[in-house]
Amino acid sequence: MGDMKPAQFDYVAPGSVPEAVAVLAGRGPESRVLAGGQSLLIELRYRTARPALVVDVNGIPGLAEIAVEDGSVHVGALVRHAQLERARFDDPLAGLFREVAPYVGHPPIRARGTFAGSLAWAHPASEWCALAMAMGAGIELEGPAGRRTVPADSWFRGRFATACLPEELVTGVRLPRPPAGAVPAFAELRRTHGSFALAAALVVLRLVDGRVDWVRVGLANAADVPLRAVEAERLMVGEPPEPELLAEAAARAAAEANPPDEPHAPAAYRRHALATLVRRCLTRAVRARHEHPGAA
Amino acid sequence: MNVTIELTVNGRAHRLDVEPRTSLADALREQLGLVGTTLGCEHGVCGSCTVLVDGTAVRSCLALAVQARDADIRTVEGLADGDRPHPLQEAFAAEHALQCGFCTPGFLMLLAGALADDPELDRDERRLEEVLASNLCRCTGYAGIRRAAVRAAARMRGEGERDSAGHAG
Repeated sequence: MGDMKPAQFDYVAPGSVPEAVAVLAGRGPESRVLAGGQSLLIELRYRTARPALVVDVNGIPGLAEIAVEDGSVHVGALVRHAQLERARFDDPLAGLFREVAPYVGHPPIRARGTFAGSLAWAHPASEWCALAMAMGAGIELEGPAGRRTVPADSWFRGRFATACLPEELVTGVRLPRPPAGAVPAFAELRRTHGSFALAAALVVLRLVDGRVDWVRVGLANAADVPLRAVEAERLMVGEPPEPELLAEAAARAAAEANPPDEPHAPAAYRRHALATLVRRCLTRAVRARHEHPGAA
Repeated sequence: MNVTIELTVNGRAHRLDVEPRTSLADALREQLGLVGTTLGCEHGVCGSCTVLVDGTAVRSCLALAVQARDADIRTVEGLADGDRPHPLQEAFAAEHALQCGFCTPGFLMLLAGALADDPELDRDERRLEEVLASNLCRCTGYAGIRRAAVRAAARMRGEGERDSAGHAG
């Protein structure tokens, strides 16, 4: 098992964001930030990551909160998956978090791993990355040049690649609140219970007077980066959610995908799966709204 | 450069000198000699290394020992009360929930954490399955482990000895 031990590194645990930024300003390119560690420890063990310095941010106060504000919800960099699984605040985003969280790892992984860490790792199959993309999240960074917020659609730059500079620290993620009454749905295909998503779809949809008034469609493992299926969304807005329309929108979403060819999932198969998953989500979201018309 | 940490393991305070790259699992096994915690995959998949950190079940292969500074750790060695096995240990024996035993410490600690968090976990079959699916067993399958979880949960609530069919035993 010697092959599975990390290479040597130095360790520092800053007590504040400015302290962490000061460390990264000097040694950023040879450092990795440790939050939940549920991906970083794996990379360290496989030695796909060989940092000279690990910057443990777990001791920084104030980063573990979910703050519900007027137009948005702020998820601090140390908010664990398990916190989102238990989210009870009054907003469709809480339902979306509860719906998606059980697909992220296992309970012991969810106890430590963080939402912001998933976005920083940028695995193409990540459920949280698809959510961030679909909901138009902003990723908040602090670095030597100050603070900046990067919108999700320019955050993801490829497999495991983001807009984060080596000197910058992710401090949180801001998600705009969907309109009241919007209903979330999520569906995922995986080879075994413990596998990453082969493909996954996420829908948040609101009906007003029998027509689609607002809708977001997110896709995971549909390309090198998470996708928002904007053409599929456009097809539905203003229309009654008839089964034919939902099927057409689902097919459009799959056409927007650019899935890689893989031994267990040729591109055509994954597109087919994506269309099915999107249609299921749309159908469920529409039905839930009809069954609970007062759930605004 | 080594780091000195203080932590509590199974109620005893320890001071350890660790390399930053040392996992919590390796520190427990190699520096404290607590080899009840087993290492299977060493990358978070199998769950055999599950221990409680401040009461929560986590993979000790996916945590650095330095992160356990000031933490309260519980391993399988700390489960029994002296010579009296923990209700989970008794239930695993009674329900034949182990064969080779390699995964057992991980399952015991996984369930110890989950039942402390929700003593009625066994009443929600789907959630119990979701918890049990965290760890891998390659010998017996999961039916015996599930029965043991149900049996132990009832016993821990003080509902007396019941067999797996739910009848008073």
